[in-house]
Amino acid sequence: MCGIVGLFLKNPALQPSLGGYFATMLDCLSSRGPDSAGFAIYGAEAPSGMLKLVAQHPQEGFDWVKVAAELALVIGFAPGLQVIATHARFTVAAEEAELREWFATQYPVLTVMSVGRSMEIMKEVGAPAAVLKRFGVAAMSGTHAIGHTRMATESAVTTAGSHPFSTGQDLCLVHNGSLSNHNRLRRELQRQGLVFHTENDSEVAAAYLSWRLRDGASLEAALTSALDDLDGFYTFTIGTRDGFAVLRDPIACKPAVMAETDDYVAMGSEYRALTGLPDIERARVWEPEPATVYTWNTRSAAREAVLA
Amino acid sequence: MNVIDLATTPVRELNTALHQLEPENPGVPWRVRNARGAHSIACGLRVPVTVEIEGHAGYYCAGMNQLATVHVHGNAGVGVAENMMSGTVHVHGSASQSAGATAHGGLLVIDGDASARCGISMKGVDIVVKGSVGHMSAFMAQAGNLVVCGDAGEALGDSIYEARIFVRGKVADLGSDCVEKPMREEDLRLLKCLLNRAGAEAQPEDFRRYGSARQLYRFHVDHAAAY
Amino acid sequence: MPTRPGLRESATYDRHVIHEIQRAAETGIYDIRGWGAKRALPNFDDLVFLGASMSRYPLEGYREKCSTDVVLGDRFAKKPLHLKIPVTIAGMSFGALSAQAKEALGRGASAVGTSTTTGDGGMTPEERHHSDLLVYQYLPSRYGMNPDDLRRADAIEIVLGQGAKPGGGGMLLGQKISDRVAEMRTLPKGIDQRSACRHPDWTGPDDLTIKIEELREITDWEKPIYVKIGASRTYYDVALAVKAGADVVVLDGMQGGTGATQDVFIEHVGIPTLPALRQAVEALQELGMHRKVQLIVSGGIRSGADVAKALAMGADAVSIGTAALIALGCNSPKWQADYEKLGSAAGFFDDYQDGTDPAGIATQDPALAARLDPVEGGRRLANYLRVLTLETQTLARACGKSHVHNLEPEDLAALTIEAAAMAKVPLAGTTWIPGSTAI
Repeated sequence: MCGIVGLFLKNPALQPSLGGYFATMLDCLSSRGPDSAGFAIYGAEAPSGMLKLVAQHPQEGFDWVKVAAELALVIGFAPGLQVIATHARFTVAAEEAELREWFATQYPVLTVMSVGRSMEIMKEVGAPAAVLKRFGVAAMSGTHAIGHTRMATESAVTTAGSHPFSTGQDLCLVHNGSLSNHNRLRRELQRQGLVFHTENDSEVAAAYLSWRLRDGASLEAALTSALDDLDGFYTFTIGTRDGFAVLRDPIACKPAVMAETDDYVAMGSEYRALTGLPDIERARVWEPEPATVYTWNTRSAAREAVLA
Repeated sequence: MNVIDLATTPVRELNTALHQLEPENPGVPWRVRNARGAHSIACGLRVPVTVEIEGHAGYYCAGMNQLATVHVHGNAGVGVAENMMSGTVHVHGSASQSAGATAHGGLLVIDGDASARCGISMKGVDIVVKGSVGHMSAFMAQAGNLVVCGDAGEALGDSIYEARIFVRGKVADLGSDCVEKPMREEDLRLLKCLLNRAGAEAQPEDFRRYGSARQLYRFHVDHAAAY
Repeated sequence: MPTRPGLRESATYDRHVIHEIQRAAETGIYDIRGWGAKRALPNFDDLVFLGASMSRYPLEGYREKCSTDVVLGDRFAKKPLHLKIPVTIAGMSFGALSAQAKEALGRGASAVGTSTTTGDGGMTPEERHHSDLLVYQYLPSRYGMNPDDLRRADAIEIVLGQGAKPGGGGMLLGQKISDRVAEMRTLPKGIDQRSACRHPDWTGPDDLTIKIEELREITDWEKPIYVKIGASRTYYDVALAVKAGADVVVLDGMQGGTGATQDVFIEHVGIPTLPALRQAVEALQELGMHRKVQLIVSGGIRSGADVAKALAMGADAVSIGTAALIALGCNSPKWQADYEKLGSAAGFFDDYQDGTDPAGIATQDPALAARLDPVEGGRRLANYLRVLTLETQTLARACGKSHVHNLEPEDLAALTIEAAAMAKVPLAGTTWIPGSTAI
């Protein structure tokens, strides 16, 4: 069980402050999730034709420069590299499948956290405040971010078991709740070719979305069919390349609060998490309806609610 | 007026001070600033004191209230006035889930909307919602009155016992064993009284009454599907 | 028993199964009964103590001290409970039990310095009056819940589930919903009570954290907060209870009794007390919270041997329900004629749900309830609790312990492979723990 948050900026002037607001939101929900924290920040887009890949090693001080050098030999030129605590961000011109294959065979000790044009996922075991500080989240900038503080329920407290789970390029999910049919669903998805790294129910939800999108469904359609195919209790917040989405199961026992102004849309498990946002006193505050897909994106900067 | 600023004073201190008030002499009203979603504000009160909360309250605001009058000048989180025994709680904004859950008495007024499970397992409280209520409201409601000036979500009054429900707007659907009942003179009088107490501008004649069909009071295999 | 040779009973469709299928066909309702799981399960009988030997010396009985006191709830509460013995009386409702039975339980427990627990129906004045230490249950139904009783209680027990039916809510049938019970529970008299299985205003450990805080705020942080779980995914549940802020965890294994539940629920949901206890202790140890968040275990505790073994495995205390009722007089041979009239027999009676208990314990019928003299019942319970304590001390002294809490898993050996695997105690005469060590 956990706390989840999402922040989507409508006003570009706020982008340099994304990390500051977001870190406050996530820190506030440490009480719901003291075990570990993770987040996906959608920052500056990689140059055209390139991708950002974030990988993680269990310890700080790993020789990432060596990894970058070896990768350069394979892809033809040196990738951009930035090391952040236990993670490293590579900016490369290469296909995702090729990159993942290379990391899996050459550096199985590393975990690829995310691949995307702008999304970067980082997560670690430890108190959320410590995790936020370690990664310097407060100084990050970007257009939107989703995050998660974890109280592990049926699986171990590990980095791999932390959220967000990435379901595809620039796509990820955080979850508050507990699914009840994820084990059978996991086996079914494995038969469809999806790969799992944990026993975590949230990873199954993420993989389910990946699978539906791979088959050509839109995000809204995938979330709508999730209502039929996923059993249990959930509030999901999904990060997409240019926006985010929120979905609650039909029983809707797990909390969700939204706040919206002209400058942003925010989501949190408790209203408390939103109180540090600018002009929150005058924001429109409401709770998403059960079994209803909500999406926001930069293109329309407007709320599209699709009733399931 | 006693003023407490939750930006600098923990909720713990506020509640401790409120718990020490004398029943015969509860004293002046209290104003609580900067609620900012804090939980358990003014819970466990047991004297006729007035508490005005500024901003949005978190979970369980005025939980287990007895005799006190609590105003939330904002929204209230999950379980506002849960298990209230007596007194009044007035949410000037909207309320989250399980508003008035299992409450035995007193009056809960919500000026805005209430979310899912409003009045769940209520045991004698009067709840008046000027807006709409979410799904599973009055689930297993045992006693008391739920008045909804707006609409009601799905499964209203599912598994209801003897509580009464009055809805002016649309009911998405009725829960197990909950049926519409005729409005009698006594119901109109009761409803008028409740609406007055809540300061709601609505006419009793515009409401419909719902309650238990009492088919589930004794298990019978022919009703097994209703369980 | 069949006497003709050549008649062979099916092990799959034995006479009990045949009887049950025919009963279901006739009535159209599942079988509801009281008591806990009746089938044979791995339990404490499959463990034995390694007594004193050349390397380990015993304490002299009666002369050399073997202390039995326990403190419950000192993690956060201002007023933890101090018990003289590590055996408490488990939650059983007024409604399921008669007022006289609740009074007897209170008298007996107070005579030996331990606590009783209210049940799914609220607190009665008699119980509060007669129990020196009273734990107040906070259940999904919230029947009778009120802040005055909350403040009068010595501890609060948030119930997620019980061993007989993890995931099920309380059940009381119409024949036991008397005027008084109906009033306490705000129900019409004589109806079949339907109970919620989830709490109305929180779901999940993240929201339980906030609920625990609310209860602490209402009671000014004075009282220990227990969280009671039925044995299911015990390892995770205990860790989550700790993270949610519990002072004490109460763990009820599948042998735990109930006043009324579907037979299929009792027999087929939940795991036995033995493996659940081990999982609970592991979870506490991994969090560094063993002995800091106390663990009370129930579900099939019958003798001082069970108490001692539970403590050796890491529990801080045990709780008794079924055994307490038997001590009061439940299933006593003196009512044999009445049991037979009900189609049962002394030692077999489990139809608590009907409210016809000849012993006058699990009933609201005034004539039957009058058969239990609360003073006599209290004396019997106190006797039984004293015997449990003496037996526990006997075993602890044999293992060289001056306090029963110094019993440890290494004092035990297992007699079966199942018990060895479940309790993580080596098979007697070997160092083998199936699943943990090589043979």
